[in-house]
Amino acid sequence: MPKKYHIHTETVAPRFVPVEKGTILDWEAGCLRCFKCVKRKCIYGAYNKRTFDIRQLSDTIDNICRNCLICVQSCPGQIITKTINPEYEQMGDSYWTADIISRQWYQAETGSIPVSGAGYAGPFSGPGFDDMWTDMSEIVRPTRDGIHGREYINTLVSLGRKLASFAFDDQGEPVLDAPAEIEIPIPMIFGTLPFGSLSKDVYLAMAGAAAELETLIEIPAEAWDKDLEQYARYIVPVLSEEQIETHANLIESAQVVEIKDSGKSEGVLKTLRENNPDTMVMIKTALNENCPQRVQVLAEAGADIIHVYADRNGNVDCEDKTWFVKDISRKVHDHLVDLGIRDSVTIISSGGIAMAEHVAKGVICGADAVAVDVPLLLALECRMCLRCERGLSCPVEIENVYPEWGKARIINLIGAWRNQILEVLGAMGLREVRRLRGEVGRAMFFEDLEAQTFGELFGKRIAEPSHGVSE
Amino acid sequence: MNKDLRAHRNVEEHGTPVLQSSSPSEFPQVECTPCRFRNAIGKYRLRRSDACVACGTCAEVCPYGVHKKKLNKMARPKHYLCTGFECNKCVEACPEQALSLDENPVTKVIGDRRWTPDLLISTWYMAETGQVPPGGVEYKIGDSGGGFDRIRFKFIKEPGEDLDIESFSTRIPLNRLKDGRADVEIGLPVYGGGMSYGSISLNTMVGRARAWQAWDSFTCTGEGGYPQELYPYDDHVITQVATGLFGVREETIQRVKIVEFKYAQGAKPGLGGHLLGDKVTPEVAAMREAVPGSSLFSPFPFHSVYSVEDHKKHIDWIKAMNPKALVSVKVSTPTDVDMVAVGSYYAGAHIIHLDGSYGGTGAAPEIAKKNIAMPIEYAIVKVHNFLKEEGIRDRMTVIASGGVRTAYDVAKAIALGADGVVIGTSEMVALGCIRCKNCESGRGCTRGIATTDPELSQLMELEWATQRLINLFGAWRLQFVEILDRLGMTDIRELVGRTDCLRHLDYEGS
Repeated sequence: MPKKYHIHTETVAPRFVPVEKGTILDWEAGCLRCFKCVKRKCIYGAYNKRTFDIRQLSDTIDNICRNCLICVQSCPGQIITKTINPEYEQMGDSYWTADIISRQWYQAETGSIPVSGAGYAGPFSGPGFDDMWTDMSEIVRPTRDGIHGREYINTLVSLGRKLASFAFDDQGEPVLDAPAEIEIPIPMIFGTLPFGSLSKDVYLAMAGAAAELETLIEIPAEAWDKDLEQYARYIVPVLSEEQIETHANLIESAQVVEIKDSGKSEGVLKTLRENNPDTMVMIKTALNENCPQRVQVLAEAGADIIHVYADRNGNVDCEDKTWFVKDISRKVHDHLVDLGIRDSVTIISSGGIAMAEHVAKGVICGADAVAVDVPLLLALECRMCLRCERGLSCPVEIENVYPEWGKARIINLIGAWRNQILEVLGAMGLREVRRLRGEVGRAMFFEDLEAQTFGELFGKRIAEPSHGVSE
Repeated sequence: MNKDLRAHRNVEEHGTPVLQSSSPSEFPQVECTPCRFRNAIGKYRLRRSDACVACGTCAEVCPYGVHKKKLNKMARPKHYLCTGFECNKCVEACPEQALSLDENPVTKVIGDRRWTPDLLISTWYMAETGQVPPGGVEYKIGDSGGGFDRIRFKFIKEPGEDLDIESFSTRIPLNRLKDGRADVEIGLPVYGGGMSYGSISLNTMVGRARAWQAWDSFTCTGEGGYPQELYPYDDHVITQVATGLFGVREETIQRVKIVEFKYAQGAKPGLGGHLLGDKVTPEVAAMREAVPGSSLFSPFPFHSVYSVEDHKKHIDWIKAMNPKALVSVKVSTPTDVDMVAVGSYYAGAHIIHLDGSYGGTGAAPEIAKKNIAMPIEYAIVKVHNFLKEEGIRDRMTVIASGGVRTAYDVAKAIALGADGVVIGTSEMVALGCIRCKNCESGRGCTRGIATTDPELSQLMELEWATQRLINLFGAWRLQFVEILDRLGMTDIRELVGRTDCLRHLDYEGS
């Protein structure tokens, strides 16, 4: 039996005090000097363990406090209160919310799945990936227990073209001209970063993590550094057409190269094939209303992998409206299925992959694997302030990470994500992530459920899902 | 805010709210049971500056009992009773301008989209007084933007004055198979969900049992054994048989009127249960016949059930062991939940208990809580309609749970097609839960509710817990009565499946 894939994680402390949602406010005025102060009774020891970080001028009490409010509710002088931390409130944007950011920090630190008490606390549904639920097995369809190790759930995907049929020669021997194939043990590659205070050390951390996880990482050709050579096997150089000639050595050493689709990439593909027959070619093309047809053309031209991408929030601007990455990638998938050529190419989708559930949902919506980008930066403590986009300094000095530290944080994050993917696969009763691709039958969509139930009762839906607007 | 509900309250001596004593009846008495922590949390905060001369004007003008004069001093204001800026009487009346009002900053860190600060605060209020809160506190809906929170009733009349509360029936039968087994009826269309010894403290567990007994309904042991302390309440206890079979013995099955098979839990459908080692104290371990300090996993699914035939065998097993008991089958809400319900009927179950995906838990992976299986609002409609089409709706009791937070949620669930509901989180909130979500870790709940830590468990007294829950259910019953009255009904059973009484704000014609 082949070795079971397992991601080893261990706690890696953050370099900076993480921004917490709530903040304790306590002041001395009005203190009654009780013999037994409530602060001494904190069962988390928040008041005893708090320290002051000189460099960041920050009190650590909020990182220890678990929000039980016992001190707030017990102090006789009522001099302790807790409220929202304005820094937390301002963090991120409407897609990359503060909650998402801080949950990724937690996973990068601990490598653990976020587990908590009490029921779900969020909105009923939402835009993007939040308008679908994954299904489960009930009573008679066995589930799979991937987490406690009682059953092995395979998250491996193979990248490349697959043969649609075998052929045999006169002697009955199979004639195989199997195209190259790469197996990665998780349905994720690391995508090109849309922003970030990037440096050689950042790329070393990320490429190191990719190598240890045995997946691939896209790195722009201009960011290449000879120190990255040790990870060359796992690096996908991203090249423009002009760079193909100037970076021949990179193409030589890579298993896969990525070219940005210029609309005439079929020709480039042909040239690459002739010069480097062993190198797989991934073409990165934008998701839009013409994408299904474009992907068909590229697939028929022999691309091994097609990377379809949305913007970093998963949005796809089409003529009629702004769609979400999963909606268009479903169309791409369905189009190829209709043509009977879905397996002749691997589809990787990206844009808006912010949490583990998005990986599973992206695969359900037709991708073989997804490309993870921004969360890699979150693992390195990015706060999504986007100062780097304006050429300003990074508040958490991402450019100065130690590669080993960064690598361990990213491995933790992906390890936690993989465990969560195992949870949903197990609940669905699937033992293979490959079985999940395009399997919309194992998902439920807001629109469908509304139409089948409330639509029958109340008629026509007039509102877009009203995300949290209360009367 | 509805006038009639308040009509039942006497505002006594600067507004300490008490219920008018109703005639000695089948209904338990509400008794004022304030927060057990010194500083109750309310929506607003009043500050009294040193300029106060203790003239007592504020106490005279306040309709809600916030201010009180004690001897020649003003007592600490009861902030949590204050209805805020819409009243503002004391602030305006103060001759010394010593009072100032602001929103309580704590409301920014408590609660969430499903359980808004308003819902927490109003549930605390109901548990204290047995009444709905005055003022603008939202006690009917949360802020999730879908499902119950977007559904409203189409009332045909305004709240009536002086309703005869007792002339309305909120009782529902649970045995609709009429198969010679116990004819169990419950006094409210609600009973308590499974919470195990181990996940919650003994006082929580017994307090629940006593409150449900008072209202002639049921609590559920969850999967973790049947502590001796529950024996006096046997007729109001449902015992659970879940996949780990922790604490299940022939004797426990025979004690009760209802046995519940837990196939799945809405908060973590398709996944097993998990009690972290920290919470496995020697007592918990003894009850579960396990080793103290070691984490306990309930697998998923029942490893003895891989077909509908196995499922029937399971139910037959319980029926043979306890010839009087009803059997409830608790499942979660996959896409084929309607088929599951029909299968359970043919296997001989009396109750199909659907637990929707937004249900409560003592510990679950966040990815599961949010993503796996469908919200209960859809599942009720699917199952109700399918059972009707199959011609067996009258022979099965449909119970819904998973995100039912308020009396209005209960009534909406019934109007969508359930016979009754199961609750859990609302009870925890009544006992002082603030949804800090740390039930699972370390010593458990620091507020002494969901913990078996010997020291923390002492934070809550049994009498207090019992009365808080009795009060909450009393407040809910008042609301059921009002809803029925406003729909022109007198019996909660009339409301089942009456979707014509509902409108959805996101649909045409609402």
